[in-house]
Amino acid sequence: MPPAIEALRLTKAYGSFKAVDSLDITVEKGEIFGLLGPNGAGKTTTVSMLCTILKPTSGTAIVNGFDIVRQANQVRKSIGIVFQDPSIDDRLTGRENLSMHANLYGVPVSEQRDRIARILKLVELEDRADDMLRTYSGGMRRRLELGRGLLHYPTVLFLDEPTVGLDPQTRDHIWKYIKELKEAHDITVVLTTHYMDEADRLSDRIAIMDHGKVVVLDTPATLKGTLEGDVITVQANNPEALSELVTKWLDFSKTRLYDGVLEITVPNGKTAMPRIMEIATHNNIYIESILSREPDLEDVFLHYTGRSIREDSTKELHGLAAIHRRAIR
Amino acid sequence: MSELHALYTLWLREIKRFLRDRVRVVVSFIQPLLWLVVFAAGFGARLVIPGIDYQQYLFPGIIGQTLLFTAMFMGISVIWDKEFGFMKEVLVSPVSRFTIFIGKMLGDSTAALIQGLIVFAFGFILGIPFNPLTLIAALPVMLLITIGLVSVGLIIASFMGSLENFGAVQTFINLPIFFLSGSLFPISGVGTPEWLQIAARFNPLTYGVDALRTVILGSVWVPLNPLYINIGVLCLFDVAMIGVGTWAFSRMK
Repeated sequence: MPPAIEALRLTKAYGSFKAVDSLDITVEKGEIFGLLGPNGAGKTTTVSMLCTILKPTSGTAIVNGFDIVRQANQVRKSIGIVFQDPSIDDRLTGRENLSMHANLYGVPVSEQRDRIARILKLVELEDRADDMLRTYSGGMRRRLELGRGLLHYPTVLFLDEPTVGLDPQTRDHIWKYIKELKEAHDITVVLTTHYMDEADRLSDRIAIMDHGKVVVLDTPATLKGTLEGDVITVQANNPEALSELVTKWLDFSKTRLYDGVLEITVPNGKTAMPRIMEIATHNNIYIESILSREPDLEDVFLHYTGRSIREDSTKELHGLAAIHRRAIR
Repeated sequence: MSELHALYTLWLREIKRFLRDRVRVVVSFIQPLLWLVVFAAGFGARLVIPGIDYQQYLFPGIIGQTLLFTAMFMGISVIWDKEFGFMKEVLVSPVSRFTIFIGKMLGDSTAALIQGLIVFAFGFILGIPFNPLTLIAALPVMLLITIGLVSVGLIIASFMGSLENFGAVQTFINLPIFFLSGSLFPISGVGTPEWLQIAARFNPLTYGVDALRTVILGSVWVPLNPLYINIGVLCLFDVAMIGVGTWAFSRMK
């Protein structure tokens, strides 16, 4: 079976800066493929090229058997996109937005009513279908956009940061939808996100991107499995000194400081904790809390890039950034 | 076939948005009324145009002005769509850029024509003499005027990043086109400065308003150009602007 997407040395450069650098990835039919990375890693640029919005500087990709450079129109017909930023007309009703989409994508008129009704049911917006989108909540708009992306029966659905700026409850809801939609329509989903939990919960396979390149690509379980051992999180009055001490005396070389919290990767959390406590006490370092946990994707990212994804993303106000990004030029 | 559906849906969207904006529709009644009643009363008392009452003279000019201002204003929808993201949905669809431009342009043109018809209704109420056939003859001329001007508005908007900038540029374009079109006062004849006469000749609205006067005022009006020249110039202008507009939309991301 040919893959849904095959990127061949896909590159986008702005001057000497390479936003996406000779990307080679293969997305199999029927999987949810996650592109995970901090803001600016090149996820959206990659998706934009795959959706034919951006022209690659060099290289190409085959989407559904069509070349994104030479057969852009066929690619467009066969894919669905849910953009990072809103792309609906809030002066029209939900039904009108869907109807426009159906006409833009050449859905046969005789089928439009049925399909729109089914999509509205799927995203549970039947009772609000004839209200102006202005009156919808953020989550409802997002659901409508998800549904709209499926209206023309695409075989690949691109979701660019589908839950940015949404509250936890709505995010949970959207995740449920994505899984259901994928099952119901038997499609391939490409998802970009900088949320670890989102990538972990949804993806069959994850490509971690940084600086325009794929750092590592595997299933979430395997990725987490590559980090043997546990992660110990320590809050102490002098984390810098403690970090030096454990590196020097306990031979735990994988330490990490962020926001005054020390993270140490160790082979076995249970046996390492007492030794860390001991060395701290001997050196008059006061430990406020200490915790051992299994590694998550955040640690995987840290392991492969030497940087924390949180470093880049927590400082920013997501909602505000999304509003700024709304303006496309 | 599917391009036609896309065209229809893009056209319909503009109309729906226009008609749902009640405030704008109501406000748009006021401006032409002010010109035709207040301005015509004061200005007409001083300006004498042989053989024609000034209000009658002004009437086709104000139709032209309404078409111009509405057409330019409609360009704002492009910036709006860019700002609020809807443009992305349209641009990423498999519809050709030509269809996208034409759909939007025809939708906005229809809206401008509706405004023009409202002015026509005022003319009727104010007792400006014309027969019903005049309206039928005037409509195609109005459409030709509108298509080119709406295209100009869309082209400018497709290059603009913000609503504020567009407002400024709009004023900068609207007023010279309006003043140099012969809508308010004759742009030829003894005493008219030569630069004004020349500038007016490069203004598409000059030909539009002249054609409208020929159609509406009939034999009392001595046209600047024969009707076929006026229509010809308008057609050329429209085709050129549609070309530029398609290009402008195809470079939009």
